[in-house]
Amino acid sequence: MNDTNGAGGVHTDPAALRELTELATAERTEVGPDGAVAGYRAGRTLRLGVELRRQLRRRRTQLVLAFVAVLPFILVVAFEIGQSSPNRRSGGFVDLATASAPNFVVLAFFVSGTFLLPMIVALFFGDTIASESSWSSLKYLLAIPVPRHRLLRQKAAVSGLLSVSALVLLPLVSLLVGVLWYGAGDAISPTGDAISFGDSMLALLLSTVYIVVQLAWVAGLALLLSVSTEAPLGAVGGTVLVAILSQILDQITALGGLRNYLPTHYSFAWIDLISTDIDWNNLASGALSSLIYATVFLLLAGRRFARKDVTS
Amino acid sequence: MPRIPLPRTRGTRLTALAAVVLVVAAAVAVWTTRDTGPAPVRTQDAVVAMPAAPGSAEQVRIDTTTYYPERTPAPAVLLAHGFGGDKTSVDPQAKELAQRGFLVLTWSARGFGHSTGRIGLNDPDGEVADASRLIDRLVASHEVATGQDGAPELAVTGASYGGALSLLLAGTDHRVRAIAPVITYNDLGQGLVPNAAATAAGDAKTPAAGAFAPDGVFKKSWAGIFFSAGSGAAASGAPSSEAPEAGQETTDNGDTAGNSGTSPQAAAPAEGSGQPGGGQPGRAQQPAADPCGRFTPAVCQAYTELATAGKASPQTVELLRRVSPSSVTNRITVPTLLVQGESDTLFGLDQSDATARQIAAAGGPVRTIWYTGGHDGGSPGPQLRAKIGDFLWSSLTGEGEPGRGFAYDVQGTLRANGTPSVRTVSTDAYPGLGGAGTERRPTALAGPQQEVVRPAGANPSAVSGIPGLNGLAAGSSRLTPLFGSDPPGQSAQFGTAPFDSQVLVAGSSTVRLRIATDPAHPLPEAVLFAKLYDVGTDGSRVLPANAVAPLRVSGLPADGTPVDVTVTLPGIVRPIEAGHSLRLVVGSTDQSYSVPEQPGVFRVGLAPGGSLAVPVVPGASAGAPVPAGQLIGIGVTLLVGIAALVVAAIRRRRAHDVDPDLAGTPLVISGLRKQYPGGFVAVQDLSFRVEPGQVLGLLGPNGAGKTTTLRMLMGLITPTEGEIRVFGHRITPGAPVLSRIGSFVEGSGFLPHLSGKANLELYWAATGRPAERAHFTEALEIAGLGDAVHRRVKTYSQGMRQRLAIAQAMLGLPELMVLDEPTNGLDPPQIHQMREVLQRYAATGRTVVVSSHLLAEVEQTCSHVVVMHRGTLVASGEVGELAASSGEATFRVGDPAAAAAALKAVGGVSDIETEGDLVHANLDGMPRAEAVAALVRAGVPVEQAGPRRRLEDTFLQLVGEDS
Repeated sequence: MNDTNGAGGVHTDPAALRELTELATAERTEVGPDGAVAGYRAGRTLRLGVELRRQLRRRRTQLVLAFVAVLPFILVVAFEIGQSSPNRRSGGFVDLATASAPNFVVLAFFVSGTFLLPMIVALFFGDTIASESSWSSLKYLLAIPVPRHRLLRQKAAVSGLLSVSALVLLPLVSLLVGVLWYGAGDAISPTGDAISFGDSMLALLLSTVYIVVQLAWVAGLALLLSVSTEAPLGAVGGTVLVAILSQILDQITALGGLRNYLPTHYSFAWIDLISTDIDWNNLASGALSSLIYATVFLLLAGRRFARKDVTS
Repeated sequence: MPRIPLPRTRGTRLTALAAVVLVVAAAVAVWTTRDTGPAPVRTQDAVVAMPAAPGSAEQVRIDTTTYYPERTPAPAVLLAHGFGGDKTSVDPQAKELAQRGFLVLTWSARGFGHSTGRIGLNDPDGEVADASRLIDRLVASHEVATGQDGAPELAVTGASYGGALSLLLAGTDHRVRAIAPVITYNDLGQGLVPNAAATAAGDAKTPAAGAFAPDGVFKKSWAGIFFSAGSGAAASGAPSSEAPEAGQETTDNGDTAGNSGTSPQAAAPAEGSGQPGGGQPGRAQQPAADPCGRFTPAVCQAYTELATAGKASPQTVELLRRVSPSSVTNRITVPTLLVQGESDTLFGLDQSDATARQIAAAGGPVRTIWYTGGHDGGSPGPQLRAKIGDFLWSSLTGEGEPGRGFAYDVQGTLRANGTPSVRTVSTDAYPGLGGAGTERRPTALAGPQQEVVRPAGANPSAVSGIPGLNGLAAGSSRLTPLFGSDPPGQSAQFGTAPFDSQVLVAGSSTVRLRIATDPAHPLPEAVLFAKLYDVGTDGSRVLPANAVAPLRVSGLPADGTPVDVTVTLPGIVRPIEAGHSLRLVVGSTDQSYSVPEQPGVFRVGLAPGGSLAVPVVPGASAGAPVPAGQLIGIGVTLLVGIAALVVAAIRRRRAHDVDPDLAGTPLVISGLRKQYPGGFVAVQDLSFRVEPGQVLGLLGPNGAGKTTTLRMLMGLITPTEGEIRVFGHRITPGAPVLSRIGSFVEGSGFLPHLSGKANLELYWAATGRPAERAHFTEALEIAGLGDAVHRRVKTYSQGMRQRLAIAQAMLGLPELMVLDEPTNGLDPPQIHQMREVLQRYAATGRTVVVSSHLLAEVEQTCSHVVVMHRGTLVASGEVGELAASSGEATFRVGDPAAAAAALKAVGGVSDIETEGDLVHANLDGMPRAEAVAALVRAGVPVEQAGPRRRLEDTFLQLVGEDS
């Protein structure tokens, strides 16, 4: 392939070379005691802001966040097109969605809880290292050098930040949309109990926190796969497949108590919070289960990445 | 040869081993927790014949099963079944008790299951006498443990019909040492024909004392269900599911252990109804057409009378009194645990309340538990069954805790998964048995006198619930409105103000009502139904436990003069939340009761100063346990995670390895070896050294190990053996000294969605070093991309990316620049420029390492060269030295033989070889020009003369081997 600009377009000016040589002759490199060049500190490499800029300028980040922000509007449109009876006091979460703003937020969580939210987390975490591998940019980051544990930590932190943003953006926009369309009324639980708007805000806040904690296992698994493969699709898809498998197994009641060990078993325990009298048992079990999975996966990811031969 | 692909490296093996251990441990944990299931219980069936009546020659055959514990003699429990069931319906509970250590005897009562005889509703001469004879047999078997006084340790328990039997048996047979009747009646007459209105206020101080006024209203729906259960229809009076309990985790009751489920109880009546044939002698068989079913004629007649007249005659009252526990409770002095359901429209809390009062008065120690179930709400769950077992064990053997005096479950709001939250409030004693009575909070009711119409035929009728199915409705507040309705005009309503704080109603509220008949259409008698609704802030109302208090007020003056009555509302446990209020609804009809069909109008008002007296029983509350285990687990998990991170950080902090002697040497490689997983050795025994100012060429054919070496130099892969030192510092992944290296290895690595400039800026930002040290402008000018730097990298050609990558490597003017095949994809002018850049860069005292598979490239660019082949070093040294070693020259001539001879003639020339049209010779210091002159003189045409290219020879030989 010929250079698109032609040989004349892309060339080095002899003057530039002279300048560089003069500069290089004039500038002496200073070195620190650890052998690093002056100005380099491991703790300053790949700062969160830099990594965040790298990720935010990616189209997939922008699309995911935009989709999450638009989803509530799509839901509203769906309810407006379809037949909905306002002020209903009965039915499931979907039937109750138009009862009030908090109910609308609950619906948004409810419809996105099985697939969308795990997928978003899997996307941010699974893609983060694997995409650098696929662009071959990982080796240049490591040669800066960004210490490996730091690279993993910073990337996980930014992925976490982006995931949390998406998970917070969804209820926030839903709440806004809900208040505009359905008003700031009481939250109605599927059992017919009414929870005041103020209390429901607290419940929704706690629900969001729980969902973030519960999805930690997805983050851990996605990161583990991300350091294990050079294909971003493999890491993201693999994680989503595991989540789906877990949900499928959870449907099989014959497994009985074994289902409690499935990582998605407690994924909807936050519903317990939409109640006037909160039972914390399932919430605590869900948080514990997710944290154990996440810790194991994250430690494995860290160990694997620290020892891995980077060949791409 | 087939071969299992075992992991090869130590790390992978350890990981695999850890994974296997984890899986095995999890499997073991799961199996051990599952396999703790109890051992099977040995049982023995027997059919026992006994007289149909005292002194009668006619016999009935009672079908029994004995459940043996592991050790006998053991304390014995007689476990009686509920109405409509038989001995198989209590099988799970019997097994549970046998596993607890009891010797358990179950039997099918007369007229049920395979037992013969007629149902006498726990007749003292019938069913109760049967049970006494079963005790005789049990004691005679010597399997029953005896206490210190030599008396057998014997207890009776059972639910509903069986509970009444345990009370009746305890009152007639002194050998019974403890009883635990569950959801049973005190007075069957009040259970089936209740009247909640008394002209005078009762004096009982207990929380759920009922009015128990005579001449009540017939509870036709429940009575019908029971009568049909005894007639053989497939209907069961026993609750089929378990009641929710505090801290219960499973959402579906079917999961909880030991639950018999619906099938045995529902199937039992159908089975017992006697499918024709079966061939079993003495089996109860009744023609289906007999309206009396298997009831005794007396019971049948009483029922027929009640069902048709809606009122109880004195004979019926006497019959019901005779078979009711209230007839014997004054003789019960043994420890008694009364378990009553809060969701029970058949036998409410007032029934156990009356029993408790009567037994306490007789001197028996009484404990009471109200649980969330009942005939509507479900049978006792595992926790409650364990409590009953504990009580029986403790009462018989004196070991263990019998439990507290009074405990009641409070069912809170429903959780989203449909199960209610439950907490238990307990106190030391049932209030009102001795000691202080129940606190009854007066709560003002408001509402004018209202007229209540009873339509002719009492239709349409108010609905307060569906007997036996109320539990379903309780599972969802949205079903409640379907199960409860008050037709307009048929009810009077009185409301309280909203409560300021939560009030936990525990027991029967009372209210004084003023009732009159309409003088225009006088009726002497009013049948009314009082209900107490919990009204939410949004106006939604809930009838707690679907409970209704029927009242029959007789003797109403025809002139409309009112009569004041005290109405005892049903006993309930209900937390009335702050902001909620109570509403008293007095209606004229109810679906579940037999209501006179004559039309009428009644005036219902509050008696002067009429306020609702709401019972509250304070106590220690224990709800769902705090999930302490999970919280501890979360803490431990976090600690383990943090500990692992700390250990990793400490291991990283190992002092890095510096050799001060080499501080000025850009690169020293010694004994380097890299073996990839899979066994391929990419580099071995590689040692060389690079000094400042050198441009070192790493020359070798593809696959020689050049790139692997450069990767190790950058800390991307770890050497298997040997080490690399850069300025004296040993290279490890992420070693700080890497910051002095600028690198371009095996292709560029840019974010395709960003421009070239943005890529370089972000790259430099990632280094964390000051921006002014980057010298972007100079580096970009070297790349010479012009305006293309503002385009996205994905639009770049291979050459442009290459140049940008080299510019990136130059950022910060590194002391050591490592470039892997830098001229790949560049066109000749660009290659030429690249050479100049690298040479001038090295001339500033910095060092450049370039790898290439092109000899010419290295010869023209590099000052020094290292030749690699198959991972090993073949040759190294200065390019010039290697290229033209000590005066050897090569001549391309027309006549090689003549040329060789001519050269031989020149003094000092040695090592003459011919090779095609080439002649090689060692000139030993003689200029090539002289040699050419000599050849020309000898008449040999010389096409070309130059230094002998040994390097090329070697290299071509290597490449030739490879190709």
